[in-house]
Amino acid sequence: MLPGALLGQLYQPVVDTLSMKTYLIGLMLVASPLITWGANEELRFGVDPTYPPFESKRPDGSLTGFDIELGESLCSELQRRCVWVENAFDGMVSALKGRKFDGILSALSITEARKAEIAFSNTLYDTPARLVAPQGSPLQPTAESLRGKRVGVQQGSVFEVYAKRMWGLKGVEVVPYQSSDLTYSDLINGRLDAAFDDAIAVSEGLLKKPMGKGFGYAGEVVKSPEIFGPGTGIGLRKSDTALAGEINQALERIHQNGTYERIARKYFDFDISPK
Amino acid sequence: MIEILKEFGANFLWSDGYRWSGLSVTLWLLVTSALIGLAAAIPLALVRTYGDRWLALPVQLYTLVFRGTPLFVQLLIIYSGLASLSLIRESPSLWWFFRDGMHCVILALALNTCAYTVEILAGVLRTTPRGEIEAALALGMTRRQLFMLVLIPSMLRRALPAYSNEVIFVLHATAIAFTATVPDILKIAADVNAATFKTFQAYGIAALLYMVLACALVGVFRLAERRLLAYQR
Amino acid sequence: MFLEGYGYLIFQGAWLTVQVATWAACVAIVLGLLGALAKLSPMAPLRLVATVYTTLVRSVPDLVLMLLIYYSAQIGINQIAQAFGRESLQLNPYGTAIGTLGFIYGAYCTETFRGAFRAIPFGQLEAARAYGMSHWQVLRRIRLPQMMRFALPGIGNIWQVLLKSAGLISLLGLNDMVQVAKQAGNATSRQMFFYLVIAAIFLAFAILSSLALKHLERRYSIEPQRSAS
Repeated sequence: MLPGALLGQLYQPVVDTLSMKTYLIGLMLVASPLITWGANEELRFGVDPTYPPFESKRPDGSLTGFDIELGESLCSELQRRCVWVENAFDGMVSALKGRKFDGILSALSITEARKAEIAFSNTLYDTPARLVAPQGSPLQPTAESLRGKRVGVQQGSVFEVYAKRMWGLKGVEVVPYQSSDLTYSDLINGRLDAAFDDAIAVSEGLLKKPMGKGFGYAGEVVKSPEIFGPGTGIGLRKSDTALAGEINQALERIHQNGTYERIARKYFDFDISPK
Repeated sequence: MIEILKEFGANFLWSDGYRWSGLSVTLWLLVTSALIGLAAAIPLALVRTYGDRWLALPVQLYTLVFRGTPLFVQLLIIYSGLASLSLIRESPSLWWFFRDGMHCVILALALNTCAYTVEILAGVLRTTPRGEIEAALALGMTRRQLFMLVLIPSMLRRALPAYSNEVIFVLHATAIAFTATVPDILKIAADVNAATFKTFQAYGIAALLYMVLACALVGVFRLAERRLLAYQR
Repeated sequence: MFLEGYGYLIFQGAWLTVQVATWAACVAIVLGLLGALAKLSPMAPLRLVATVYTTLVRSVPDLVLMLLIYYSAQIGINQIAQAFGRESLQLNPYGTAIGTLGFIYGAYCTETFRGAFRAIPFGQLEAARAYGMSHWQVLRRIRLPQMMRFALPGIGNIWQVLLKSAGLISLLGLNDMVQVAKQAGNATSRQMFFYLVIAAIFLAFAILSSLALKHLERRYSIEPQRSAS
């Protein structure tokens, strides 16, 4: 008796100009897109679409990118419907454990630190890490060269881990941002001296764009197997071993039937498959 | 929890080893922006209440805009929006100011709290007891004396309870600083979360710190009210 | 193209912001009512729980609480469900954001409602009891409707703050209009333009809400000062 009667009384003064019916219809309209309950055949992937060419958003709101197409083809192999859940990159692991989605498909590198928290599928792809700076800048991806400079990285990324561990302790100011596009815009306007990120993401998100004119890679590819790991994978909950098995099988199949190759060629002009 | 405190305790409180971080930065943001906001709000509140229409109107518009839009959006405009304009970047003095995230945050916080404080003070001014003004005039005070010796001190005292709430809100508002790369308490929590994946502990420690700060502020203001508003009891 | 082709996305984002704020306000009002009744209840444990709730929530910044609750609530629910050996219920991200905002602003509503309950002239309650109304009848027929009038201005203020807080959900990665403006600004390098657009939308919401609230207040609110004397 309590809630209904209580609310009836409560809303009386506010509502009585509208008829109750229009009010209820209004409420339902407001609610409709919010009520999407996860069905069993859905496969929900967490993604932070600020990272072209892996995942980004078109002006019409649809998602695009290598990870998105890879995920869609995995879903069709598994005969499940892909649902993409947008989440901030630095909250991915917690959100996965909190069951906001079933897998992280967002250029997530496979690392030992993350393996302590979550499981990974087999490796999806492996891309190099590079420093970017204004063209002609003498900066090199070393602590000596970067001392006293501000270097932007994405919060929660392997690039942040590397920069903090290798440079941050030696007098380089490492500045984490919530997403890579925010890093690039501060690099363009001059708040940062350099940015450290995935070479392909930098190329697509900055260097190939008109606003990225005047910027280029600084120094060579940075290698560190122990921090960067073997490449990226789909992050999964440790308890979902069945799902991990299914995804690995599907991944195997799209490698064999040429789907992976076809998507990869669409986005990259060189081989990104894991060695 | 214990390991996080051992590893990041100093970061949370005063320094990450190279610069101020955590509690000290949050306090700095709070004190500077609240003081600047209050200093600017006093004349604006007088203009808003006693100034002529063409002076009061812009002040009203300012408080409407800054109270009607989220602080987060105001900070985005100041930090990212202005920096995207070449006009700002090509002027050395402007760019010196806007290049630093800390300046941007303090400016946004000060503008924001100033707008709210103007409304608080103007509200208090409207309820100035007539007797106070009449007594001042009866003593033969000039207009200037009336403002400096009666209206403003009386306004500041009586605004204290509402203003203490506003200061707590400014404390809460400082948490937005991390979006402009300023290493305040919440930024350290985000770093800890990224480094350890212990989300609950990382943000939980931040919440505790803010709670302690808020309680301390409430205590200080209670003491101040007891002294400064003693005549009302 | 309208807003460089981002017009529709911004519209969608604005609509989402309104939805989240509206539902969060509903949650907050329900929690606020329960909290206020608990605070005024004769039972000490209830009063304690409500006091802890309002004190904790109101002393911590909304953004910190959002990050804390948004990521941790589900883990907590899972653990509780596991302890009872049940299948855990799953919250979708928007539902979690709504619940989180509602939980935070419920604490502020609690204080408003508590004050409003106490502003009801005692004579009215005595009169109701003299008519032989039961405790529940007094609550339903006198205290709740009367209290709402006193609470309306306070609830209006909370709504305005809540609406602006809803802009923070973009920091969780949810796709509200702030998030859209960030993405559009970074894609087109016209950050200033898009941030000004959403600032204008927020301002319009705020002005519309305050007009609506003034209208409601004029219709339903009695002058508290007059009735108290």
